Amino acid sequence: MADIVLTSTPRSPLGGAAARLAAATRTSAGAVRLAELPFLTQVNVRLDAKGPAADAVGLALDLALPLEPNTVVRTGELTALWLGPDEWLLVAPPGRERDLETRIREAAGDEPVSVTDVSAQRTTLLVAGPRARDVLAHGCPLDLHPRAFGPGRCAQTTLGRTQVVVVARDEPRAGFWVLVRSSFAGHLADWLLDAATEYV
Amino acid sequence: MLLIPCPWCGPRDEAEFHYGGQAHVPYPEDPSALTDEEWARYLFFRDNPKGPFAERWSHAAGCRRWFNAVRDTSTNEILTVYRTGEERPAPVEPGPAFSARPGVPPLGEFEDEALSGPTGRQGAEPPGGVEGAEPLQDGTGRGGGVEPTQPFRHATRGRIDRDTPLTFTFDGTEYRGFRGDTLASALLANGVIQAGTSIKLGRPRGIFSAGVEEPNAVVQIEEPFPEPMLPATAVELYDGLVASSLPGQGRLATAPDPARYDAVHAHCDLLIVGAGPAGLAAAAAAAGSGARVILADDRPEPGGSLLDTGEHLDWVDTVTARLGNAPEVRVLRRTTVFGYYDDNHLLAVERRTNHLGAAAPENVSRERVWRIRARRVVLATGAHERSLAFADNDRPGVMLAASARAHLHRHGVLPGRCAVVLTTNDSAYAAALDLAAAGVGVAAIADTRPEAGEWAERAREAGIEVLTGHAVIGTEGDPRLTAVTVAPYGETEGGREFAADLLLVSGGWNPVAHLFSQAGGRLRHDDALGTFVPDTCRQAVEVAGGASGTPDLAGALAQGAAAGARAIEAEGYTAETPRLPQVPAPPRPTPPQHLFTVPGRDGAPRFVDLQRDVTVDDLARATGAGMRSVEHTKRYTTAGTANDQGKTSGVLASGVVAELLGVDISALGTTTFRPPYTPVSFAALAGRDRGALHDPVRTTALHEWHVAHGALFENVGQWKRPWYYPRDGEDMKTAVLRECRAARESVAFMDASTLGKIDVQGPDAAVFLDRLYTNMMSTLKVGMIRYGVMCRLDGMVFDDGTVIRLAQDRFLVTTTTGNAATVLDWMEEWLQTEWPELRVHCTSVTEQWATVALVGPRSRDVLGSLAPELAVANDDFPFMAWRETTVAGIEARVCRISFSGELAYEINVSPWEALALWEALYEAGAPHGITPYGTETMHVLRAEKGYPIIGQDTDGTVTPQDLGMGWAVSKKKPDFIGKRSYARADTARPDRKHLVGLLPEDPGTFLPEGTHLVADSVLPAPPVPMLGHVTSSYRSAALGRTFALALIKGGRDRIGERLYAPVGDRLVPVTVASPVLFDPEGARRDG
Repeated sequence: MADIVLTSTPRSPLGGAAARLAAATRTSAGAVRLAELPFLTQVNVRLDAKGPAADAVGLALDLALPLEPNTVVRTGELTALWLGPDEWLLVAPPGRERDLETRIREAAGDEPVSVTDVSAQRTTLLVAGPRARDVLAHGCPLDLHPRAFGPGRCAQTTLGRTQVVVVARDEPRAGFWVLVRSSFAGHLADWLLDAATEYV
Repeated sequence: MLLIPCPWCGPRDEAEFHYGGQAHVPYPEDPSALTDEEWARYLFFRDNPKGPFAERWSHAAGCRRWFNAVRDTSTNEILTVYRTGEERPAPVEPGPAFSARPGVPPLGEFEDEALSGPTGRQGAEPPGGVEGAEPLQDGTGRGGGVEPTQPFRHATRGRIDRDTPLTFTFDGTEYRGFRGDTLASALLANGVIQAGTSIKLGRPRGIFSAGVEEPNAVVQIEEPFPEPMLPATAVELYDGLVASSLPGQGRLATAPDPARYDAVHAHCDLLIVGAGPAGLAAAAAAAGSGARVILADDRPEPGGSLLDTGEHLDWVDTVTARLGNAPEVRVLRRTTVFGYYDDNHLLAVERRTNHLGAAAPENVSRERVWRIRARRVVLATGAHERSLAFADNDRPGVMLAASARAHLHRHGVLPGRCAVVLTTNDSAYAAALDLAAAGVGVAAIADTRPEAGEWAERAREAGIEVLTGHAVIGTEGDPRLTAVTVAPYGETEGGREFAADLLLVSGGWNPVAHLFSQAGGRLRHDDALGTFVPDTCRQAVEVAGGASGTPDLAGALAQGAAAGARAIEAEGYTAETPRLPQVPAPPRPTPPQHLFTVPGRDGAPRFVDLQRDVTVDDLARATGAGMRSVEHTKRYTTAGTANDQGKTSGVLASGVVAELLGVDISALGTTTFRPPYTPVSFAALAGRDRGALHDPVRTTALHEWHVAHGALFENVGQWKRPWYYPRDGEDMKTAVLRECRAARESVAFMDASTLGKIDVQGPDAAVFLDRLYTNMMSTLKVGMIRYGVMCRLDGMVFDDGTVIRLAQDRFLVTTTTGNAATVLDWMEEWLQTEWPELRVHCTSVTEQWATVALVGPRSRDVLGSLAPELAVANDDFPFMAWRETTVAGIEARVCRISFSGELAYEINVSPWEALALWEALYEAGAPHGITPYGTETMHVLRAEKGYPIIGQDTDGTVTPQDLGMGWAVSKKKPDFIGKRSYARADTARPDRKHLVGLLPEDPGTFLPEGTHLVADSVLPAPPVPMLGHVTSSYRSAALGRTFALALIKGGRDRIGERLYAPVGDRLVPVTVASPVLFDPEGARRDG
């Protein structure tokens, strides 16, 4: 099921909101950048962090799964987010889900691992620009100050009344990824655009 | 909002967590060996101790891990957290309470310093430029509105911007003021002091203070947007302001508020509340350290009491400028911190554009709620002056002494021409001297103390008559004050009458301890100060300056600087020693006299709470009725319950009650301080959580198609689901009958994407599902599907759905739409807390798949035409099997599941491809008249077959057996969740309610859902025995009649019986039937 034969243009959850997000970005004159990063590969991995599978999978992915809660490890185009003590979310460019799942399962061998393609479960919003933190602070109870939530940090929390995964991007000015369940994405986009009213 | 420390993620807001009840209550090893009572004890009985309690929590909105916490149930303090499976740690002591003034010995130990009295640069200045400081003779209290000049404006004093004149209207008269005025100061400048009438007695009332404590001048703003009950002393003047006085009560706006309101979360190392001398000194000590500091003050500019007294303004400017340049310091002006909650969580409201009037930009929120989480807090909230209960103390012209001084120094306003002062302490002298220096004639100072020391000498040197041991026994005026009668304290007749249009009162000072008290801090009575001061608190808070009872400026500055330094050093930063202003030594203080009531002329009311019109006599009635607690007298008399929350009257009321009861005030205490400190508008609290943003709306990948095709929507949880698709002119009944007919006679399709989906993976997945479902899942073959029922431990149904076996160690579980998150939490709870040995993982994939239900006798033809690789014949693709294939060229998992009794499929594809699939089905089905249908038709179709909807036909008291689904309860499995409960006497009762069908005898009669059922055609005398109620009710196209499902006592034994349903005033006869009313033999399932 992982590899979908595309016979028509796929439609992302926020395809319909793209123009409004772009308009807000434009009129803010660089203060806020809002955009959907659609169709990213997202694979949920569950395994025993202390078991042999963890090392084997790390080798196969060329990426050590982060063990410190709420941190991110990146190698090349692959990003691993800590979601729980035995749970990670791998994020990669579109279309990598089959390849990732195969590599993980082969590396784990007989060790129990769970691998689930969740690429369509959530979509990703880019919230960047000098006012990105101000926009998110309208609804995110976490401290997103660079001292508390600098590059390499991620967190599952709430934004407005929506559950999200927030990821601080590597560059200090590059803002955040906000991963949101697809069914909530339209609501969250409306919420973000409204939150940005003062900055656009 | 509590901070709960997740053992994995660290401290997070409590809103991210779910409570899981008492910890260490393990599932019994062999439930079947327990007696009913033992089982009931396990199910229903939990400890409820006061004090430390081990309980389970789930970090539901975070890492989804369950953990244990020991919480002190009396303080809500979380004493420790530990991971599931770990032993409960040794008892942990609750944290200590911190002194509000650490490092400071109790006041008595350095009384001299603490009582060094108020300070003031005393009035050596020549009188200012006001001409003819004579009492107003017209006695109207109304100034000359047409006069463009402001007769009570001082020529030079004040911080107003004289280059920015403003025009405003009050009670229909146009006046002028300046930028920097409050509405109150601008009115005073125009000679207007009366600003309303009292709520109960209708007595004229005047401006009484210069701040948020104002009890009298509570006005209605009419323009630009109507707002009720704002203190004129806290309303900044703007051009075009229209306001009117109130009879004690305002009016809500009738038009929607066009302004934006919003909220932000903020975090800091140190929050300083109040930018007076102590607060500014604290901020100055912390500013350069790199610590994150927020300084919040409710006024437009920092300075606090220094602006009231006009002292050290250069220092205020220097510190303010420095704070503005410090990168991690945020100064919030016009921001009232109004609530202090758990774990240093404080709420503040910032008035961002109110002061701009009609010029406020539309895209900037008018007010903003700040949700501040501070590591440390310094409260530098100052003190409020309190009044005295003397005769006729409510005339316009009676004003708190320090407030008159504040009006002079802040706004360049003289509140009157000729004043008398009544005081019990030194502080009023500075006010009198300043006002005298500015041109107010001070006729006399009546000081209740027998000796008034150096301050009195200064007053006398300035030519003011000081009458020690005297008090005011009465006032005159109609309505504005014209005369004050002063007599030796204790006398009630005679005395000297002074002509005066202003009576300045000081009965002492109350530290503004509201926030400290809200934080859980304890107050203690300070016998030297004669008031209540902060003592200890569990939270990381200090109190500095006037708020801690420190009455002198030098002390407040030093205390503030020390508190700021201590706070940031505790957070690992290095404080600096800020430059503090040199405060000249004040005159030697004379201790204040602690009194609350002043005897006066017979029959003249002595008001305690001006805003509620509560007098000493009212309080005497309360104590006469036997009340001994200020909480009781408050409720009996309403003293302190108005929207000023008794800021000037609370301690006064306690003092009066103490006098009435003949006890010491220290034994009575104060009433409880509760948030908000000042009124906060509902609009600000609602913020952006209004309209479409009030609650998230969840939509499927096909939502836009549904909208474009005219669907009406039903809310299911947060989901928007198509309810039905009316065609031109159709009502709901007609549309649903048409959709049902299409599904039963040809082909119809619906968006079923909202069903919850959970991927269950791992070697023990089958074992896990066997324990979770009532029926057996481990025997399901790969490629097949089974319907399953899930119950709680009490045996009551809580969800149902299908289980698809994808592989030996992998299942896909579906849940009802509204229950997806609950079921996943339920799974995680059992896996993490009871069965950690099971190698299983559960992952939500609800949105990973879009699901289309294709239903009806022609559904096979439609599917076959789009899925050339799929063998669709019944033998090749039997009921309850699934296949992977392509449908319309899209990779799909097709399941043969039916929720209608018809031949049906559920086609699962990526939501990115869902619209392409849907449109392909619409096109391919067109020759058969394929019809989109919504939830209403789905409900009719399933009800005709007697399939229950969990949550509609059940309510948490219904077992699978009650639903007639005993077949879904395994008798082979040794145990599963709920099994033990089926052996309880209660679940085996024959008269339990069963799900049955109901047929009204008139096939056109529709029974409303919720209708009760009774046995007889005539209602007996109450109580009427109820047999049950209607859970679902529809019109059936297939049956050609109405029908219903109902839960009825012993229902299955009543099939064929006639019962009665009271509908309105009729008793409708109905016949009990099997719940399966359509195609009972199941002939249609395979097409």
